[in-house]
Amino acid sequence: MTSRSLPRPVVQQSASEATAGGAAAGHHAHQPRGLLRWVLTTNHKEIGTLYLLFALLMFFIGGTMALVVRAELFQPGMTFILPEFFNQMTTMHGLIMVFGAIMPAFVGLANWMVPVQIGAPDMALPRLNNFSFWLLPVSFTILLSTLFMEGGGPNFGWTFYAPLSTTYAPPSTSFFILAMHLAGISSILGAINIIATILNLRTPNMRLMDMPLFVWTWLITAFLLIAVMPVLAGVITMMLLDINFGTSFFDAAGGGDPVLFQHLFWFFGHPEVYIMILPAFGIVSAIVPTFARKRLFGYASMVYATASIAILSFVVWAHHMFTVGLPLTAQLFFMYSTMLIAVPTGVKVFNWIATLFRGSISFELPMLFSLAFIVQFTIGGLSGVMLAIAPADFQYHDTYFVVAHFHYVLVPGAVFAILAAAYYWLPKWSGVYPNVKLGLTHFWLSVIGVNLTFFPMHFSGLAGMPRRIPDYALQFADFNLLSSIGGFLFGISQLLFVAVVILCIRGKGEKAPAQAWEGAEGLEWTLPSPAPLHTFDTPPEFVPERDSPSRH
Amino acid sequence: MLQLLYRSCGLLLLLTGPALASAINTSSGWNMPPGVTDISREIYSLHMIIFWICVAIAVVVFGVMFWSLFVYRKSKGAKPAHFHENTTVEVIWTAIPLAILVIMAIPATATLKKIYDASDAEIDILVTGYQWRWHYQYLDQDISFFSNLGTPRSQILGEEDKGDFYLLEVDNPLVLPVGKKVRFLFTSNDVIHAWWVPDLAIKKDTIPGFINESWTIINEPGTYRGQCAELCGQDHAYMPIEVRAVTEEVWLSWLDEQRETAAAEAASGEREWTLAELNERGAGVYTTYCAACHQADGSGMPPAFPALRGNPVMTSAEGRDKHINAVLFGRPGTSMPGYGTTLSVNDLAAVITYERNAWGNDTGDAVQPSEIRALLDR
Repeated sequence: MTSRSLPRPVVQQSASEATAGGAAAGHHAHQPRGLLRWVLTTNHKEIGTLYLLFALLMFFIGGTMALVVRAELFQPGMTFILPEFFNQMTTMHGLIMVFGAIMPAFVGLANWMVPVQIGAPDMALPRLNNFSFWLLPVSFTILLSTLFMEGGGPNFGWTFYAPLSTTYAPPSTSFFILAMHLAGISSILGAINIIATILNLRTPNMRLMDMPLFVWTWLITAFLLIAVMPVLAGVITMMLLDINFGTSFFDAAGGGDPVLFQHLFWFFGHPEVYIMILPAFGIVSAIVPTFARKRLFGYASMVYATASIAILSFVVWAHHMFTVGLPLTAQLFFMYSTMLIAVPTGVKVFNWIATLFRGSISFELPMLFSLAFIVQFTIGGLSGVMLAIAPADFQYHDTYFVVAHFHYVLVPGAVFAILAAAYYWLPKWSGVYPNVKLGLTHFWLSVIGVNLTFFPMHFSGLAGMPRRIPDYALQFADFNLLSSIGGFLFGISQLLFVAVVILCIRGKGEKAPAQAWEGAEGLEWTLPSPAPLHTFDTPPEFVPERDSPSRH
Repeated sequence: MLQLLYRSCGLLLLLTGPALASAINTSSGWNMPPGVTDISREIYSLHMIIFWICVAIAVVVFGVMFWSLFVYRKSKGAKPAHFHENTTVEVIWTAIPLAILVIMAIPATATLKKIYDASDAEIDILVTGYQWRWHYQYLDQDISFFSNLGTPRSQILGEEDKGDFYLLEVDNPLVLPVGKKVRFLFTSNDVIHAWWVPDLAIKKDTIPGFINESWTIINEPGTYRGQCAELCGQDHAYMPIEVRAVTEEVWLSWLDEQRETAAAEAASGEREWTLAELNERGAGVYTTYCAACHQADGSGMPPAFPALRGNPVMTSAEGRDKHINAVLFGRPGTSMPGYGTTLSVNDLAAVITYERNAWGNDTGDAVQPSEIRALLDR
C-alpha cells in the first residue's frame, strides 16, 4: 500500500508540464472573442461551463414552476391558478428538471471532469460536443414557448400518457415533441462523445479498472443513454403520427393500445431515472474518500454494483404500471426484479459507510452535501423498496408517497450530489474556494427546506392524497402547508448557491492550490487551479501501482 | 431516523393543533388506511411489516454512519486506517439484504395471488371513467347512472366554508351490499383514469378500449370515499368516488327505488315539457356535464373548448340540428363526447334547450324529449 502523503514529485512535475503546455500552445490563441467565443467553442471546459450554467438557469425556471404549484397547494380550494394552468406547471416542472436541469448538469460535469480525470486533452469529438450543447437552448426555447401558444403548453404530466397526450392534448403538443426530439439527440450525441473519449483517450497505462468512479459511472450512464433515448424518440414519433397523420398506435378505436405507450415510455423512463443517479454515485464515491482521508472501501464492487443496477434497470419498467392490469405472472416478475435492485444499491451505501469507518473525517462543504446525499438517498431508496411490493403499491401508486419517493432520490439525492460536485470542483474550475459562510448557510437551509418539503408528502400520500391534483380534501391541509413552506425555503436558499458561484467566477475568495483538498486523489488535482484552458497536451504519467483507485 | 422523524412530525402536528377534519377514511391521518376488507387489512399489515423492516435498516445503517462520523473526526485527531476490500464483509452485506427481500416477497406474493382471484363474484359492476365523472352500471340489475362531484363550486372558490367531505362527496354514490363478493369491470370512455378507494384497497386504471377487473367483499357498512388517481385532464381533482356499503335488505330496496325512479323518468319523456321546465332542468345538467369545459357563463376555453354564448350554432334556427347532433353524438376528433348513450332524453332535451336560451342566446327554442327520443331511435 502506498503512502498517501503529498506532494508526490512526479505529480508536481506533470502539473508544471501542463501549465507550460497551456501557455505555449500558440495554435489555440486564434479563437474568437466575446459572445462568439462561447457559441463556437470546442473546448471541453468551456462547453462544460455552458452546460452547467444552462442547467442552473433551467433549475431556477423549473423551480419557479414548482413554487407556483406549491403556492396553489398551500391551502385547499382554487386559490391562485386554474387547474388547467396547474397541470401545465407540474408537467413543465418535471420536463425541465429532468431534461433541462439534472441531465445537462451531469453532462456538464462529465465535460469538465472526464477528460482531466483520464488525462485526455479534450473530448474525443469536440465539434460534436459544441453541437450537442447548442441543441439544448433551442430545444428548451421551443418547449417554453408552448406556454404562450393558443391552448397552452403540455398539460399531461411529464410522463405524457396517451391518449391524454394525443387525442386530448393541446395543439402545442407537436412542438413539445420536437423539443423532446432535440433534447434526445443532444443526449445521444453527448453520450457517444463520452464513450468515445473514455474508451480512446485514457492516458497510457490507465486501464478501465484504474479509472475514477465518476468516469466509470458516466461510461455506464452513457451506454444507458444510447440504449433508451431512441426508444423515447420512437414513442414520441408514434405520438406525432397519431396526432397529425391519423395513425392509431395508442388509440384502441383504431386497433392500438394506450398501455403500449406506457410500456415504451417506461422502457425508456426507468433507465432514465438511473441516468439521473449513477453519475451522482460517482461523485459521492470521489468526495467521501477525500474527506475521510481513506480509500474507497470496495472500488471493484462499486463498479460491479453500478453495472448491475444499469442492467437491472432494463427489466423493471412495469413496476411503474402495477395498476394497469398486468397479468399475475408479469406482476410477480416485475416485483421480484425491482426488489433485486435494492441489493447493488445497498452495496453502494454500505461501501460509503465502510469508507467512513475508521477514517479521519472532516466536514468541508462537498462532504456535507455528500453525507446528506447518503442519508436522504437512502430514505428514498427504502421507500423505493416499499413501492416495489406490488400489493402495497396498489395503495401507494399515484399518491404523494410516490412524489415523496422520487423527489427524495432526485432532489436531496441527485441535486445534492450535483451541488457537492460543484463545491468540490469549483476550486479547480475557478481557482478559489467557495465562500464557506455562504456555503454553510446554503447547506443547512437546503437540508431543512428539502426535508420539510418532501418528508410530509410520505404522510399525505399514505393517508390518501393522489398526486397531480390542484385541490385536495381538508384532511391533507396540514401536510401541504408544511410542504409549501419547505418548498419556498429550499427554493429561495438556492439563490445563495448562485452567490457562491458568482464569487468564484469573479475570483473572490481564498486562492486554491493545485491539490485543493488534502485527501483528494486523481489526475485533476495535478493541474493548477484554475485549470488552464488546455491541459494534458501530452498524456500525463500514470503508474497503476501508485495512482490507480483499485491498487492494492 | 425515519421513526424519529415520524414521531417528531406527529408531535409537531399535535403542538400546532389544527383540528383535523372528520376522517375521510380509516387512515390515522398520516398512515395507510387499514380499510374494511380482508385484502385491505392484509395490504396494510404487509405495508407495516415492510415499513418496520425499512426503519430497522435505516436505524442500523444511519447508526453506524453517524457513529463513524462522530468517532472518527479529524478534529479529534483520528488517524485514517488503510484497510479496503474484504470479501467476507462484501458477501455478508449482499446476502443479508437478499434474505430480507425474500422474506418480504413471500407474503407479498401470497396477497397478490388473492387479489387476482376475481372468480365466483355475486354482483358485477361496470365502472366507466369519463372526463370528469364516473359511470356505474349494475350489469344484472338493469341500473346505471353517473356519479358526479357533489361539492358546490362556491366551496371550491372559497365563497363559502368547505364541508367535511370537501371534494370527496358525489351526487349519486355507488351502493353495494356488505358481505357479498362484488366484481368490478373497469373501462373508460376517453382518457385513462384510475378508480381508487383506499378503504377497499382497490386502485385500477380504467383504459379506453380495454377492460380491467378487480373485486371486493366489504366487511362493514359505511361510506368509503376515494378519488381518481390517474391524471386525466383539468378536472382530475374533481371526480371523487363514494361507495355506500349497506346490508343486503337495504341494498335490495335501494335497487327497487332506482328502478322506480328510472321508470318515472322514462314516462316523463313522453309528455310535452314547457320551456321554463326545460331551462330549469337544463341549467343543472349544464353545470354538471358541460361547465367544466364550456364554463358556467358559456364563454368556453378556445381553441380547445369553443364558446357557446353567442355561438351561431346556438343562436340561429339553422344551427339547431347541428347543435343537437353535436350533443348527442359528439364531435369526432375533438374532446367533445357524445352524450346520446349516456344521458337521459329528458336531460339531453333540457340541456340543449338551456344552451339555446341562456346567456342571451335567447332563441326561445324548446327541444322536446320526444324529439330526442326519435333521433336516438333512428
